[in-house]
Amino acid sequence: MNLLGRMGWSDLAMLESPVIMGAGLFMGLVVVAVLGVITYMKAWKYLWTEWLTSVDHKKIGVMYIIVALIMLLRGFSDAILMRTQQAMAYGGHPGYLPPHHYDQIFTAHGTIMIFFMAMPFMIGLMNIAVPLQIGARDVAFPFLNSFSFWMTAAGAVLVNLSLVLGEFGQTGWLAYPPLSELKFSPGVGVDYYIWSLQLTGLGTLLTGVNFFVTIVKMRAPGMTWMRMPIFTWTILCTAILIMAAFPILTVTFGMLSLDRYLGFHFFTNELGGNQMMYVNLIWAWGHPEVYILILPAFGVFSEVVPTFARKRLFGYNAMVYATVCITFLSFVVWLHHFFTMGSSANVNAFFGITTMIISIPTGVKIFNWLFTMYRGRIQYTSMMLWTMGFMVTFVIGGMTGVMLALPGNDWVLHNSLFLIAHFHNVIIGGVFFGYMAGYTYWFPKATGFKLHEGWAKASFWFWLTGFYVAFMPLYALGFMGMTRRMNHYDNPAWTPFLEVALVGALLVLCGISCQVIGLVVSIRNRHENQDVTGDPWNGRTIEWSTSSPPPFYNFAVLPHIDSLDAFNETKQRGHEARETPVYSDIHMPRNTPAGLFMSVAAGMLGFALIWHIWWLAAISLLAIPVIFIVRSCNDDIDYYVPAAEVARIEALHNARVAKLELTHVA
Amino acid sequence: MTKRLPPLSGALALGALLTAGGCQNSILDPKGAIGAAEKSLILTSTYAMLVIVIPVIALTLWFAWRYREGSGARYEPDWGHSVRIEIFCWGIPSIIIAFLGYLTWTSTHALDPYRPLDSAKKPLVIEAVALNWKWLFIYPEQGIATINEVAFPVGTPVDFRITSDSVMNSFFIPQLGSQIYAMAGMRTQLHLIAGEAGTFPGLSANYSGRGFSDMRFNAIATSDAKFADWVAAARHSPATIDTADYSKVAAPEEKAPVQYFSAVEPNLFNEIIAKYMGKAESFHSGLKED
Repeated sequence: MNLLGRMGWSDLAMLESPVIMGAGLFMGLVVVAVLGVITYMKAWKYLWTEWLTSVDHKKIGVMYIIVALIMLLRGFSDAILMRTQQAMAYGGHPGYLPPHHYDQIFTAHGTIMIFFMAMPFMIGLMNIAVPLQIGARDVAFPFLNSFSFWMTAAGAVLVNLSLVLGEFGQTGWLAYPPLSELKFSPGVGVDYYIWSLQLTGLGTLLTGVNFFVTIVKMRAPGMTWMRMPIFTWTILCTAILIMAAFPILTVTFGMLSLDRYLGFHFFTNELGGNQMMYVNLIWAWGHPEVYILILPAFGVFSEVVPTFARKRLFGYNAMVYATVCITFLSFVVWLHHFFTMGSSANVNAFFGITTMIISIPTGVKIFNWLFTMYRGRIQYTSMMLWTMGFMVTFVIGGMTGVMLALPGNDWVLHNSLFLIAHFHNVIIGGVFFGYMAGYTYWFPKATGFKLHEGWAKASFWFWLTGFYVAFMPLYALGFMGMTRRMNHYDNPAWTPFLEVALVGALLVLCGISCQVIGLVVSIRNRHENQDVTGDPWNGRTIEWSTSSPPPFYNFAVLPHIDSLDAFNETKQRGHEARETPVYSDIHMPRNTPAGLFMSVAAGMLGFALIWHIWWLAAISLLAIPVIFIVRSCNDDIDYYVPAAEVARIEALHNARVAKLELTHVA
Repeated sequence: MTKRLPPLSGALALGALLTAGGCQNSILDPKGAIGAAEKSLILTSTYAMLVIVIPVIALTLWFAWRYREGSGARYEPDWGHSVRIEIFCWGIPSIIIAFLGYLTWTSTHALDPYRPLDSAKKPLVIEAVALNWKWLFIYPEQGIATINEVAFPVGTPVDFRITSDSVMNSFFIPQLGSQIYAMAGMRTQLHLIAGEAGTFPGLSANYSGRGFSDMRFNAIATSDAKFADWVAAARHSPATIDTADYSKVAAPEEKAPVQYFSAVEPNLFNEIIAKYMGKAESFHSGLKED
């Protein structure tokens, strides 16, 4: 038996081309540099006790966003490589990326941007904001939360490993069979794809359960359903969508694995396999997934607009109903992803119409933000700029979406660059702009200092113009009959459009650079940008009533909620908040490395299955339940923070605030 | 602060492209009835939506300017509800979607790829097989076959029957209209018609592996007489496909050149489908009859 399964020297992909070697070496250098800095700063113990083993939702949220930002850089490098290839490869010129690399790059780009950029970003934001918005001290299952995060991290590690060891899938980001079956993709690429997504998918599913229970069971006294902040509402709906949709993904990949590993025939060409079943199943997950990404972004905008228009949200009830409508409708539209499969006219028309109906509640939301601005006093912070950019851009994306929802239009636009332009229009202009607004908005809450506004605004303008320059040409190319995923082409009329698109991608690169520089500058100047009061934006919801960053127990005394925008009401009423609070002991969970260990074992299991290293697979498969059982036998998993300790921490915070007010008066 | 307007200019550029009719070889320059109907559907649906999209964008920018801090405009921090505005918010999108929904229902039935076209002429049957990475076209009535080139007379409805002997592909001649998936073990159908003569690029619109980018063919729409010449030329080809060397024809190949076959095993298309249906006896059971 080969101890390394099917792995051999030739699998070191770095040896294959200078592009991959460069990327691999760069990645290696970054890892070594980070480890070196941690060692130099003697930060391992701090990192271990305060972060890696933490079950604190705020820290887990920060770690999720760190993963998302790193993977944004990786996914965006893929985008630049693709745009460069397509701008070069016309009229017999092969470009610089042969299909074997190019096909991995577009597969990795989609997979990474959705599963390892957007999802962790969204889950990071909800981790940071939701427990604070509902006045809870943590999520319902803190240990599970830590496990969820580390499963996502393990998946991300596997994806990046595929860059240097072996290959990634060459199937497109949804790995349609039979192309993804053993017969057509015998290498490790599809297996990397399957196992990295299985790990992160499981983590996401558990997060969905966790936040559903948290929001249903742990809201502060008095916070009825209709007093919940809209962001929390959207996360509740997102959690429901995750619980309903992610099991489909897990099962579908499970069936594909059975085909690939044990000779089953769910989706093969031969022996009664049915590829159409896979396409249906993957989109039964995939379409709700779109709303899993966008609903939280809608939630962010619904927080940002009232805060910076200094005004109550227009049509709160309509906003809630629209969100719930979208949640249900998102499950009855999946077939619009394959009108070209040959369904009957009745079926196609049905799904076309249900798809269009979703645009009604979505349109209502746009109008509600619009009328929130109406008779407001809008402060143009970077968050408000992201929101404005979203409102204009998303309307265009929605329009092209409805165009694609007409089967008659889709039959000529399906799989074209028009489709690519459409979903980047809604995912960049909707999802990503929303997450950037949320990132800037809650950054001071999570870290205690604000992001540098100048760099944030510069980043916004580069992203906005970059998006239009990069994707408007793609709309045109779709009309010109250019399909997605082309490595090279022979139509000279397409080239100028693709060159413009490359310029757009470079503008986005400037936008990302501004974000990175802005982050570094903000960290360096953190003492100038400090948020002492905990309420840097004059916020309306209760996450702004506690300090920034909040104490690990979030709220010294659980707030009592008697209205929507409760914190704003409190501030309007004046000094009520200054009453001397009565502290009591606070029950908190202990940190644990069990989630990290289980995920390391799960990552090793994935790695072993990818490379057919059966002994390692057996050991790591066994390790997961063993670690869980050991953890379950530990009764010392929680503790009480004495009231005196709470009083001490709160007194420190109050002293800081008082000092600040004193300097202001002086 | 002031707001610049790149988004609006982008929308206008898109609109300009739509109305200008686009460039050569594009779906906005259709050469057949189906393509023309789909172009007009794209335009109609776009105009219907611009009715709401343009005012929303304009209103967004106007409110953004009018209600900026320091503008002195009316400020009502506690105003957050208005039945009239809410009726408008739900009503206007509903009306537009009702119209588009009606358009969807009628156009989806009228343009259904499976629906035979109304024509006095008898349709020409062409069987298309997606291979790695080329297209095999079989003319069952003429008894010929080709690789990466398909021809048909102008004004004659073409009844494409499509399958795959490999992974999923999508059969697409952009200027003639609709595309449809090619899937192994299944037969999909597409009815197209060319309104004028010309050579139109055809392609696979669904990624199918490393040779995908070159999986292209020419669709030649021509006069009845020239089509007859084309068929006659194919009949003079020395190459034939019988079941014995079909596997050679079907072998994976990138940038496959055009090829003609003067004779083809009569039931080849059905056999290609049937080989994925399990047992050989079930040869006919899976085939949908017209």
